[in-house]
Order: sequence, then structure tokens, then C-alpha cells
Amino acid sequence: MATHLTVAAAQPVLATAHSVIHKRVEDWAVAPNLKDYSATRSAFSWAAALKELDGLPDGQGLNIAHEAIDRHACGPLRNHLAIRWIGKRGDVRDYTYGDLQILTNRFANVLKKLGAQKGDRVYVLAGRIPELYIAALGTLKQRCVFCPLFSAFGPQPIKARMTIGGAKLLVTTQCLYERKVRQIRNEVPTLEHVLIIPEEPGAELPPGTEDLTRLMAAAPPEDFNIEPTDPQDVALLHFTSGTTGTPKGAIHVHEAVVAHHITGKLALDFHADDIFWCTADPGWVTGTSYGIIAPLTNGITCIVDEEDFDAERWYRILQDQKVTVWYSAPTAIRMLMKTGKELPAKYDLSSLRFLASVGEPLNPEAVVWSHETYGLPFHDNWWQTETGGIMIANFAAMDVRPGSMGKPLPGIDAAIVQKHKDGSVEEIVEPGVQGEIALRPGWPSMFRGYWQEKERYEKCFAGGFYFTGDLAKRDADGYYWFVGRKDDVIKTSGHLIGPFEVESVLLEHKAVADSAVIGKPDPMAGEIVKAFVLLHEGRQPTDDLRRELMAWARSRLGAAVAPKEIEFVTTLPRTRSGKIMRRLLKNREMGLPEGDTSTLEQS
Amino acid sequence: MTSDDIKNTVLRLLGTVAPEADLGRIKPGSRFRDQLDIDSMDRLNFVIALHKEFNVEIPESDYSKLETLDDCVSYLTSHMSPVPKA
Repeated sequence: MATHLTVAAAQPVLATAHSVIHKRVEDWAVAPNLKDYSATRSAFSWAAALKELDGLPDGQGLNIAHEAIDRHACGPLRNHLAIRWIGKRGDVRDYTYGDLQILTNRFANVLKKLGAQKGDRVYVLAGRIPELYIAALGTLKQRCVFCPLFSAFGPQPIKARMTIGGAKLLVTTQCLYERKVRQIRNEVPTLEHVLIIPEEPGAELPPGTEDLTRLMAAAPPEDFNIEPTDPQDVALLHFTSGTTGTPKGAIHVHEAVVAHHITGKLALDFHADDIFWCTADPGWVTGTSYGIIAPLTNGITCIVDEEDFDAERWYRILQDQKVTVWYSAPTAIRMLMKTGKELPAKYDLSSLRFLASVGEPLNPEAVVWSHETYGLPFHDNWWQTETGGIMIANFAAMDVRPGSMGKPLPGIDAAIVQKHKDGSVEEIVEPGVQGEIALRPGWPSMFRGYWQEKERYEKCFAGGFYFTGDLAKRDADGYYWFVGRKDDVIKTSGHLIGPFEVESVLLEHKAVADSAVIGKPDPMAGEIVKAFVLLHEGRQPTDDLRRELMAWARSRLGAAVAPKEIEFVTTLPRTRSGKIMRRLLKNREMGLPEGDTSTLEQS
Repeated sequence: MTSDDIKNTVLRLLGTVAPEADLGRIKPGSRFRDQLDIDSMDRLNFVIALHKEFNVEIPESDYSKLETLDDCVSYLTSHMSPVPKA
């Protein structure tokens, strides 16, 4: 098989390619929580990490929402700012831990009144509005399962995820309902309630929906007692994509909060008075684990911006809100790079202390640029929907090797492995040799399954390891360097897209005979979704038809998932068994050797 | 180029980025992103298309001046070179 490279891997995989950014004790404004990597790692235990949390009163178990809100609301942090929400027009709404307790109690009471039981799936489709955060945590209080849907999804991905997970209840806005849900609602038979956040108070709502604002106002605010919660009870359902088949719902349990909490402390260096801004949307796992749970369990202040990326707005927020810890993504960082160094120079960013990045590998230039521009480097870290929390990271007190994802978190045993054809697993100990990143199961936020897909889950494990599907190398000092994906999933703007989901929608168009979808390397987004389309006989590959197909895909899949580029082809490469060779198309796209094509069916 | 010409061209380019959009319903004073399902890559591609079509240099710091149809028309009017595109 030909070598598979990504944008980041095209950079030299050598520590010496970019100079190491050294960390010196005298530069620390605040002493990091993790001061000595080896010492913290050897002293670490998950049992000790659990002790940092309270647990439900009277030994009734462990519930994420209790750790995130109630324990603070009943203590000295009651009046501490938990969430500062900034609306599109710059309007601000503040929520203390005490406020969040009341609001999440109300929401949990709404669920109870509507008959939502423990384990029922509550979906939320919304932009970054306060109700999303309240619904997420209120859902966990009622011991229902919180399942976020990215608001830029089109009707098709929404329907697929609600059908697979058996949605009982959906919370959404009036606008998103009209645009994306109404047309597919009847195709989700399990869906009993749709709670709508109205455009304006008292607005007339679509038939068959209920007004969340009214239900919340009518629900009792006080005294919602969280029922006993087993740490192994299901809490979160996060959908992710593979190369083939439907989206997979990764199951996380309440115990995951142990990892959320401690990784917030160790990898993001949360301190008591921090003002933390995670720019990720809760529609993806980062926006839930670190945009909601980890900062709140740590009792710090979260900034939530409703608006999408805008360089000037972002710098203004960093300045005005005095953000201390900033967690963002490579696409946004590269867009900031594009706007240059003059713009940030106009703002006072002196409150910033720690910068981290996730979603796709952060190219070394971006690390060096941020160090030069902000005086602070972005610290890349690595994890997946399945791992629930940060697994490998660059730490505040550890030298940064630009382009590397860092070292495994305390409590996480990672390895570079090779799976042989006979099923045996070989651990690669020699430095600089490529293999797959594998993790020893057992950390609290490890996924417990794919929703109703036992076989797909079991396939992820062999030889006592969880196989991540990410290829990497480890250098002699233990730093990990990302190489590429083992499968054909697409990483675009930090979002994981399954090619099959896109191909299926294209195939539904009457002009399309076949299609193959790949991630085409892109300097800004990492990859963009590109589709190769084979037309039925008699259909002409015109620009009009290309536009029609784009419109077809975008209105069904949404802008985040639909292809940005469509190329008409007269043949698609397939293996003899009929499998599309996306890798070959990708290699062609990148001008790389196409690799071994001996199993190709020549048409 | 009259401002109507500019407007129609801007809409045509918007239609290449978001071909599903009903361009007749675009409110000239409100932001594209509030009316259409477009992401940050679409917005970037739209600005690149404006740059190519109108032969106008658009620095990144000006992207926020191209958020509505009215914005685009006034920005392009004041930045277009009087010499027709070669």
C-alpha cells in the first residue's frame, strides 16, 4: 500500500526540524498543576483522581451534573460565574453556579414531567445558546442520555443519528426545526416530544411541538434530587463516523467525569480563577467534554460565544473577557495566522496563560507562529470521540516540539503497535517507526460501546489494546508524532466525516451512478470533502449539473458535511471485491504514487 | 459597472458557493451567515471568488466588511479600480 500522508505529515517528522520551545520555571506566571511529567505520571492513580470529586450525597453514586454544578452551587462557588454567554450581537448573559443549578433543576423537572426515564435519549440540536448547556446538564440530572447534534448538520445526518440512537425527545430552536427537522420528523418513530426554543416569546409554534420556555417557567426550580446514579450508567452518546456504514454512537458513562475533571487540570492546566474559552461546538465531543463538563467540574468560568469564527471578534473576546486558558482548533489557528500579526498587536492579550489545540494535527508552523505572536505556543493534544477525554498532550511545564502531539496523560498507557495478518499484535518499541496508536483500556472516559453495534465495538480491540485507527511515530524521548489515518474518514475543520454518509446522499440523485468521497488536503481546513461522481449514461457532466449536485448534497447533509468540490469521472477505481479505493483517489489528488493497483478492477 | 451589476454578480458568486440558496430571498441588510447554511470555508471561498471576479485585493482584515449584500456592494464599489478588468 502506498504511503498515506496528511498535510501535517508532509512536514518533517523530526524534533530538529523546528526548534524546541523550552519551558523555564522563571517564565511561569502560575505554577502548572503538572510540574514534572515523569513524577506526576508515576504517582498518578485513577482512584486518587476520583477522590477529587464529591460523588452524590450519601454514597448514591457518581453523576456528572452533580460534580459540574450542584456541588459548587451548594458551596463557596455558589455565586461564582460559571458561564458567560456572548450572543451574536454582543449581548452578554451571565450564569453563576447557583443560577445553573436552578435552571438545570427546572429542565430536569420538565423531563420528569414528560415521562423521560433513566436511559432515555435526549437529543439537542442548537447553536451555542444557553439552553443547550442547561439541557445538557439537566438531562444528566434526570439520568437520561445527552446526545448533541451539530447545528450545521442537514436533515439527513440528523435523521440518521436520531434513528440509530432511538431519540425519545428533541430540544431545538424554532428556526432549526423548520429548516431541518420538520421534513424528517415522521421518519423517527421513537421521537415522542419536540421541545422548541421559540424565535421570540409566545411565538406560534409548529404543530406537534412544545414550548420549552413555557415548560421551564412552569417547572419547579428547587429541589431536584438526582436519583442514585451508578458510575457505569450511560450518560452521553456522541456520534462519530467510520469509513463504511452508518454513523456510530459512542457510549460514555457518568464515570467519564473523573477523566474530564483530571485532564482539565493536567492537560489544560485549570486553576481556580481561570477564565476558559473552548471554541469547539458541543455538537462534537470536544465541545461537550471541555466546553461544558471539565471546566464546570473544576469550578472555573467558561466563555461561550454564539458566533462562528471571526478574527477580530475573537481577539476582542480574549481581551475583554480576560481569557486565561484558550482551547481551539487548527483550522481557526491557521485562519488567525492568515490575518497576520498586526491585528492581535492591537489587543491586550496579557491575561492569556495557556493555549491548547485539538481536532487535527497542529502544523509546526502554527505552533511557532503562536509563540512568536502571542508569546505563548499552542499546545497540541490528541484524543478521539471514543476516548472521551485528552489522551496525549503537550503540557504547560513540558518542552514543546512543534508538530508533536506530546506525551500520554498520567493514567494513560499508549503504544505504537502493528497488527499482523494472523491477528497477533506487536508493540513497536524502536523510536521513529510508524504504527497505529493503541491504548490500554481502563481509563474512566473510555467508550463502553457503539450504540447497538456490539460487533463494531469489539473490532476495535485486540491483544489487550484499543486500536485508535490513527497512525503515528514515537521519538526516542517519548513524544508522539501524528502520521495519518488508517482508514478513509475525513477530518475537515476538525470535524470527522464518514465518506459513506456523503456517497449515499449523492447516490440518491437520479443522475449519479456511483461516487467516491475523499478528504482532499487543504491548507486551511486540513482536508475538504471532495466527491468523485460517475454519471449515468446519457447524463452530461455540465457545470449546471455539478451545481445541482452540490445543492442536492448541501440541502440534505448541511454545509459541514457536504462536498466542497465535485469532480466528474468516467470510472471509479474498485478492488476486485467491489470496494471503492478511496486511498488511490486521494493519492492521485495529492500527486503521490498510486501504490499497488494489482487488485484493481479495470473497467 | 452599476451597483445593480455588482449586486447581481455578488449573488451569482454566492450561488456558486451555496447553490442550494434561494437568492431571491436574500435580505440585503442582514448577514449571509444568518440567512444561509454556510460554514467558514464557504465564507472564505466566497471572498476568494469576489477577489477573482472583481480583481480587488481583499485583505483578511476586511472580511468582516463583506458579511451582507449591501456591505459587498459598497465595499466593491469603493475598492474597484476604474480600469476595466483585462
